[in-house]
Amino acid sequence: MTHRIVILGGGTGGTLTANRLRRRYSTDEAEIVVVDQDDRHIYQPGLLFVPFGLTHAEDIVRPRGRQLHDGITYHQSAIDAVDTATNQVTLVDGTVLSYDVLVVATGTTLVPDETEGLTGDGWMEKVFTFYDLEGASALEGALAAFDGGRLVVNVIDMPIKCPVAPLEFCFLADWYFTERKIRDRVQITYVTPLDNAFTKPVAAQQLAGMLAEKHIELVTEFNTGEVDGTDGKIVSYDGREVPFDLAVVIPAHGGADFVGRSEGLGDELNFVPTDKRTLQSHAAPNVFVIGDAADVPTSKAGSVTHFEGDVLVENIVHFLAGEELEPVFDGHANCFIETGFHKALLIDFNYDTEPLTGHFPTKVGLPLLKETRLNHLGKLMFQWFYWHTLLPGRDIPGIGSHMPTSGKTPVSAP
Amino acid sequence: MTTTTLTTASGVTNVELTDDGFFVDPSVWTEEMVPELAAREGIATLTDGHWQVVRFMRSEYLTKGTGPSVRALGKTSGVSVKDLYALFPKGPAKIAARVAGIPKPKGCI
Repeated sequence: MTHRIVILGGGTGGTLTANRLRRRYSTDEAEIVVVDQDDRHIYQPGLLFVPFGLTHAEDIVRPRGRQLHDGITYHQSAIDAVDTATNQVTLVDGTVLSYDVLVVATGTTLVPDETEGLTGDGWMEKVFTFYDLEGASALEGALAAFDGGRLVVNVIDMPIKCPVAPLEFCFLADWYFTERKIRDRVQITYVTPLDNAFTKPVAAQQLAGMLAEKHIELVTEFNTGEVDGTDGKIVSYDGREVPFDLAVVIPAHGGADFVGRSEGLGDELNFVPTDKRTLQSHAAPNVFVIGDAADVPTSKAGSVTHFEGDVLVENIVHFLAGEELEPVFDGHANCFIETGFHKALLIDFNYDTEPLTGHFPTKVGLPLLKETRLNHLGKLMFQWFYWHTLLPGRDIPGIGSHMPTSGKTPVSAP
Repeated sequence: MTTTTLTTASGVTNVELTDDGFFVDPSVWTEEMVPELAAREGIATLTDGHWQVVRFMRSEYLTKGTGPSVRALGKTSGVSVKDLYALFPKGPAKIAARVAGIPKPKGCI
């Protein structure tokens, strides 16, 4: 009998899962369908560089269907809802797809409307986001026209995709205005709901130190209740105000809308409750989840999705064979943090180990938690690996899905 | 970790709190402790709204193993985020978690 596998989402997770499964099963053994609402696959790490003119929209977008191997059906439509009781997905174009295994890979959705005033007066004029392509492109013009004043970078609420990206934006802004020789006329402020620059203690301390060195003001425990584009200020629920001339806001994130319309599939934020070790959903045994769509307690990041792919595909194969799943995903995340002036630092962590110093993946690898030119080159090179290795579902030589420990220096948290 | 003495209607109890004021062992918490725990957070008068949030935090923790974030609380507790801040001005998720005797809500990563 031919297995019918439906994958919702043709981004990082959906594409690499489809391609890996296609290699595991012949077309007689499994039919694989990928569904997405549009045909624009965006290299999301590139969004950070667009506002600074370091890359351009056309350089980071490719058609979704073309990233899929032969023998995978690409179906373009928005998703209406999933019915886990009848194993069916209804699409907005009226198609009904039945599945033996469903993979939810629909990532996150920005929900700027959840914040009072964010999309009101001043939106896309003095209030921007770089978390989507339209915002990142519009911000390029606004930054170029900015000749001094208060730049505020504000994270509305966690979780967000790539939690280091807002910090990277601050570091790059510091570099950008230095290059333009107007850094002394620009006040940069980073405003976060967290109690430090980042969530993990060792990295947070290092990143807070770097903000201070670069004269970027840090405002913590700020829960934004309102963005006032008319008067140019963000206001917290406890009544504090931060004035701005240009605001770069990272809106709150949720799961995909169809998750909310699918009985029993998601939580209150439309993320899908998922076993953090097997990647099987709690909603039904034949529903699996990869990437940002899952509620697993690790970063929402492409590297996590990449490392999950290996475990996910093995567990789908086990499931279809009637075997027990392997609880082996360790929450591995790996992020280059661009720090400006052609340098970057690298962090590597999982569910149990926070980012440490040392080297990755072994003692002779890239330096961890340290600003170097080599890490910056690593970050730039990664785009090639993304299209040519990661999406096709190949392993990157020397980098397995589990977090390596041999090059790491243990430290006690402060 | 510190040992804190709480005075409740039925007497005096010692509880262990973490350095940032959360219960080390949530199972020793009782509703009787709520008025004093709230007073320590600067809440002099406990309203029905406070009780609604505290009981909701407690039941979320018992079913899910962690307290909800403010945004999740605003969507599920029946109290809007604005009203949550009116009740717990210094941060609803954190303060209500201390009063409800549950661990610090896991920040997202």
